Amino acid sequence: MTGGWFRVYAFGYLIFLYAPIVLLPMFAFNDATIIAFPLTGFTTRWFSAMFDNPPLHLAVKNSLMVAVTSSVIATCLGVFAARASTRYNFPLKGGLMGLIMLPLVLPEIIVAVSLLVVLLGIGVNLSLLTVILGHVLICTPFAIAILSSAFQGLDRSLEEAAYDLGETAFSTFRLIILPLVMPGVISSLLIAFTISLDEFIIAFFLAGTETTLPIYIFSQFRFPKAVPVIMALGTILVCLSITLLTIAEIFRRRGIAKAGGKDSGGFL
Amino acid sequence: MSAEKPTMIEFRRVQKYYGDYHALRGINASIRAGEFFSLLGPSGCGKTTLLRTIAGFEGISDGAVLVDGKDMAGVPANQRPTNMVFQSYAIFPHLTVAENVGFGLRRARLPKDELARQVGTALEMVGLSGYGARAAHALSGGQRQRVALARALILKPKVLLLDEPLSALDKKLREQMQVELIKLQRQVGITFVLVTHDQEEALVMSDRIAVMFEGEIDQLADPETLYRHPTSRRVANFIGTMNFMPATVLAENGSGIEVEAQGFGRVTLDAAQAAGTPSPDGASIGFRPETLTILFDNQAAVDRESVATIEEVVYYGDMTYYDARLDGMQSPVRISMRNVFGRPVLDIGARARVAWSPGALVLFR
Amino acid sequence: MKNRTRWGHFRNSEAASGLLLLSPTAIYAILMLAAPLATITLYSVFKDDYLTIIREFTFDNYIEAWTNVQIRTVMIRSLGVSLSVTAVTVLLAFPVAYFVSFHVPPARKSMWLFLITIPFWTSYLIRVFLWKVILGYNGVVNSGLLGLGVIDEPLTFILYNVNAVVITLAHAYAPFAILPIFVSLEKIDRSLLEAGLDLGESKFRTFLRVTLPLAMPGVVASVLIVFIPTVGDYVTPHLVGGPEGRMVANLIQLQYLKLDNYPLGSALAVSAMGVVTIISLLFLYLNRRYLRGPQS
Repeated sequence: MTGGWFRVYAFGYLIFLYAPIVLLPMFAFNDATIIAFPLTGFTTRWFSAMFDNPPLHLAVKNSLMVAVTSSVIATCLGVFAARASTRYNFPLKGGLMGLIMLPLVLPEIIVAVSLLVVLLGIGVNLSLLTVILGHVLICTPFAIAILSSAFQGLDRSLEEAAYDLGETAFSTFRLIILPLVMPGVISSLLIAFTISLDEFIIAFFLAGTETTLPIYIFSQFRFPKAVPVIMALGTILVCLSITLLTIAEIFRRRGIAKAGGKDSGGFL
Repeated sequence: MSAEKPTMIEFRRVQKYYGDYHALRGINASIRAGEFFSLLGPSGCGKTTLLRTIAGFEGISDGAVLVDGKDMAGVPANQRPTNMVFQSYAIFPHLTVAENVGFGLRRARLPKDELARQVGTALEMVGLSGYGARAAHALSGGQRQRVALARALILKPKVLLLDEPLSALDKKLREQMQVELIKLQRQVGITFVLVTHDQEEALVMSDRIAVMFEGEIDQLADPETLYRHPTSRRVANFIGTMNFMPATVLAENGSGIEVEAQGFGRVTLDAAQAAGTPSPDGASIGFRPETLTILFDNQAAVDRESVATIEEVVYYGDMTYYDARLDGMQSPVRISMRNVFGRPVLDIGARARVAWSPGALVLFR
Repeated sequence: MKNRTRWGHFRNSEAASGLLLLSPTAIYAILMLAAPLATITLYSVFKDDYLTIIREFTFDNYIEAWTNVQIRTVMIRSLGVSLSVTAVTVLLAFPVAYFVSFHVPPARKSMWLFLITIPFWTSYLIRVFLWKVILGYNGVVNSGLLGLGVIDEPLTFILYNVNAVVITLAHAYAPFAILPIFVSLEKIDRSLLEAGLDLGESKFRTFLRVTLPLAMPGVVASVLIVFIPTVGDYVTPHLVGGPEGRMVANLIQLQYLKLDNYPLGSALAVSAMGVVTIISLLFLYLNRRYLRGPQS
C-alpha cells in the first residue's frame, strides 16, 4: 500500500468523476444531432441557437431572480443561526438546529411535496415566490455550515476586547465580527446561488405555470433534436458553476489569511 | 514601603456560582491605587474569574465589586474605568497596528492628527514606534502583547487588567517583558492587576499578591511576607520550594513555642513563626532550601549545626541542589547552594556539616 | 443556590440572546418544514376522495402502500438501489479520502478537495442526462466500443434499468461520500499511527487497528449522507431507470401531480422516510455496539 497505487487510484477516480462533464464541450461543438462517437466536425450553431430562444431566456431570467433572492435570504437566516449556535448556549438548541439542518439529509421530494400540500391547503398560488420559499429552506443549512465555520474561527476574546474598549454589541458586530466573517458570507451567497440555480425538483413541484432553467431543461429532454443545444447550455452552466466556485474558494482562502488562521481545506 | 494609598478596587464578600459549581467563595480584599497587584494560584482556582468580575465580563452571584469607590453592579463592561489585556491578546487581525491601538478612541471622535499623535505616543511607550502601518496579523507574540498594552493604556483607564499576559511567550522573552511591565507600570502610575499561575512571575513583578486556591484567597501579602511567612502549607508549597519535616508542639507560653522537630531536635520558635491556618496533616516544620547551608572545609556555623548524609547532587549552573538527610530525619530535604567558586565537590554518600537557624523555620500545625 | 442578585439575570440573558438570535431561522424552519412534514403525516391517515380529501382517520393508505405488489416492489427496489449505491460509493470513496489525507502535502489538500467537489456543484439534471447519453443505445459507450470493434451490437443492459440508476447515483453522490471520511481521517492524531509503527506493527495492521476505527464516525456520516437522500431521488430513475428502474420518488410524484391522491402519496412518503429512519438507526446502533468507535 504505497502512495503510488493510491495516487493511481485517486487519479482514476477523478477521471471517472469528470468523464461525463468533459463530454459536454466535446459534443456542444460537435456538428451532429446525435450524441455518439465518432465526432463529425466543429460548429457553434448550437450556441447560437440559444440566443434565439425566448422561452430559454425567460427561464434564465426567472432562475436568476430566484437564485439571487434565495441566496440573500438564506445567507441572512444563516448568519443568525450560525452566530446563535456558535456563540450562545440555550435550551432547545440541539432540537432547533437539528430541524433547521434537516433538509441536508431529507430527500428533496419530501420537502417539495410537503410544502406543496401546505401551500395549496392554505390557498396560496404556486409561483416563483413559492419556489423561493422552498429554495431558502434547502439553501439555509449550507449557509449555516459555511458561516458556522467562519464564526467559530473568531476568537471570542476579540469581541470582549471590543466591548472592553467601549463598543456596544451592534458596533462590535459591525466593526469586528462582520468584517472577519465577510469571506464566509460571500462564500455562502455564492454557494446558495449555485444550489438554487441548479435545483430542479422543488421548482418542478412549486413553480406552478412558471419556469426556471432546470424546468426548461427537463422539458427539453423528450425532444431528441434539442439534445445538442442542451449540451451547449450545459457547457455554459458548468463553466459558470466552476467560475463561481473558484471565486468562492478564493474568498474562503483570503478570509483565512486575513484572520491569520490555518487552512483546514474545504468548505464543510 | 510607601504610605497607605487609597483603595482602587474592593471585593466585598464576592460569591460566584456557575450553576452548582461554587467558583468564588466569599472573596474579601482591597487593591490599592497605583499598586502592581497579582492574583496567583493554580488552574481552576478562580483567579481569572475574579479578574473578569472587575472587568465586567462575569457577573457575581452575591456581594459587591467596587472600582474607585463605585459599586459596579449593573455597570456593563464597556462603561467601566478598566481595560484588559487578554491572554490571547485579542488583536483585531483585519486592522493595522495603528487602527488597533486607536480603536478605543473611535467614539471620542478626535480630529485625525490628534488621534495620530496619541497613537504615536502610545506606541512609543511600549517600544513599537513606527509600527503603526503594519498589518496586525503579521506580528510576533511579543509584539502583539505590546500592541494590546498600548491599545488598553491609550484610554487612560484607572485599572489595567492583565490575564496571564506572558504565558504564551518563551522564557527569555517572558523575563524581558516582566521587567518592561514593571517599568511601564511605574511610568504610567495606574493600578495593574495581573493574573498568573507562575509564582516566580508574581514575586518578581508585584507589590502585593493574593494567593488563591479553590475560589478563596488563602493569603494576601507582599512577596517577602508570602515567601518567609506563609500562613498555610498550600501557600508555602505553591510559592517557591518548601521542605517539610514532622514536628510535635511540646509547650507554648509567653516566651515562645517549644517544638520537637525531626532532624532538628528541640527548638524554640516565636509566635510570629507559626502559620495561621491549621493544617489537617498534623504539625510540621517548614524551611526553604536556601536557609540550610552546607559547611565546607573549616567554615563555622553562625547558629546551629547538624550532620547530614548527601543522597543526591543536582547541578544547575548558578546553583547546586543537594538532597541531604540530616541525622534523625526519615527522608532527605533539599538544600540549595550558590556556586560561587566553581562546583563544590561532594560525593553521594558523603557526610557533611549543615548549618541552620531556628529563626528560619515556619511552624505549621 | 442560584443567582440571586441583580447580576443574576446576566446569565439568563445569554439563553435569551441565543434564542432571540436563532428565532428568525427557527421560525422559518418550523413554518416551512416542521409544519408541512406534520401535515403530510396527517394527510397520510386521511381518506382520498375523487377531487378532495375526506378528513376521516384511516389506515387504508398505509395498507395500500404495503400490500400493493407494484408499490411494494418499487419500495424494495428503492431500498436496494440505495443500499447498493451507498456501499459502492462509500467503498470507492474511502481510498480517495485516505489518499488526500495521508499522501497529499497539506498545501495541496484543499486543491484536491476543490477538484473533487466541483462536479457536485454543476447541474445535477445535466449530469444525469449525460449518463443517459453515455449509456444509450446510440450513446457514447456503445458507439465507442463499436468503433473500437470490441462489440458487434450495442449493449442494451446498461440503460433504462436499475444498473443505470446505480451507476448514475454513485457518480452523483461520490463527493458527498468522500468529504466526511476525509474530515474524520484528518482528525486522527498522526502520532498515534507513528506510535503503532514504533511498537512494531505493520502498516496494514496499524490501519486496521488504529486508523479504521478512528475513521468510523466519518464513514458512518458518509453512509447516512448517501443513503438517505438517494432513496428519495426522482430525476435519476425518471431519466435513466426506465419502467424497471422506477423508485419511490417517481411513485410519489405520480400520486401527487398526476393522480391527485394526496393521502396515498403522503403515506408513501412517510413510509419511505420511516423505513430509512429505521435502517439508519439500526446502522448507528450496530456501529456503536460492535465497533465501539469514538462517539462523534
